[in-house]
Amino acid sequence: MTLGWYLAVSAIIFCIGVGGVLVRRNPLVILLCLELMLNAGNLALVTFARMHGGEAGQIFALIVMVVAACEVTVGLGLIVAISRRNLPVDVDKLHELNG
Amino acid sequence: MSEVLFFLAAIAAITGAIAVVTLKNPFYAVLALVCHLVALAALFLLLRAEFVAAAQVVVYAGAVMVLYIFVVAYVGETEEIASGNALRFVGPLFAVALAVELCIALLGSALAGINSQGAPYKRGFGTPEQIGRLFLTDYLFVFEVASLLLLVAAVGAVVLARRRRGLDDEGSLARLIAEPRPAYTGTIAEGAGVRKVLQALKDADGGVIELAFPEDLEKDPVPTVPESSDADGEQA
Repeated sequence: MTLGWYLAVSAIIFCIGVGGVLVRRNPLVILLCLELMLNAGNLALVTFARMHGGEAGQIFALIVMVVAACEVTVGLGLIVAISRRNLPVDVDKLHELNG
Repeated sequence: MSEVLFFLAAIAAITGAIAVVTLKNPFYAVLALVCHLVALAALFLLLRAEFVAAAQVVVYAGAVMVLYIFVVAYVGETEEIASGNALRFVGPLFAVALAVELCIALLGSALAGINSQGAPYKRGFGTPEQIGRLFLTDYLFVFEVASLLLLVAAVGAVVLARRRRGLDDEGSLARLIAEPRPAYTGTIAEGAGVRKVLQALKDADGGVIELAFPEDLEKDPVPTVPESSDADGEQA
């Protein structure tokens, strides 16, 4: 199994995530799609680590997981705060900072 | 054998990703993401990243997805309004264009490493021992910064998601009592506040612990404290 296949899967998953972020309006689902993109990046990093025979890429992937967990924590906190204030959970309607 | 496993895992991962984007119910989207993460962990195992695969399953599919499930259950079913703007059509188009571009970059690069089986397998590659040694020697600073980041994120999430109503003035207390919510839920401060008011009512009224809910709760954003036991209530 050549490593190009793994990179192709990574690219496809990343593009699916991009499409989801652009199309979906629910911030929860947008966070899920961000996870998809980060995971595609992780897959590429682990593939490159395998390609070069060093673990640096795997370390990078683990750090990306940590950052993703932080992002999810803060994002879900924001969503909980939004729904507590009875604001619509919809990114098209939350445009107060839009000027 | 590894080809079969790769295609099974890759198809599962891509199917899960498509399901995350297309499913209307956020709860099912989270479950699809769990399937996607497990399939991705299988891909990591095929790439001989054993520790990363284990961390993926334990941290992602275990902890983070439980957090998602809780928030989906808290926020509840939100009907998704289809965005009427052009993004609805431009978004998938952009994604397909990006996929084509990435495939061109992959296929046209002709890098020797991409179409190889990778470096020869060393004994102990990707094991927890090796990862741990690297984390505590070469990447110690990264490790410490990541732990600090986790701490900051935890504190930030608590600050963001906490309830901002204080118990300073009488109005907030009245709002808290009149709020139709199950008993024994909410924060400790609210519990103490409600109990304080209940005690006050008990003292004033001679042992009757029944609170009235104003009929026009929807019309009146700040209802007043109900006087006495002239109506029924569930706030015990």
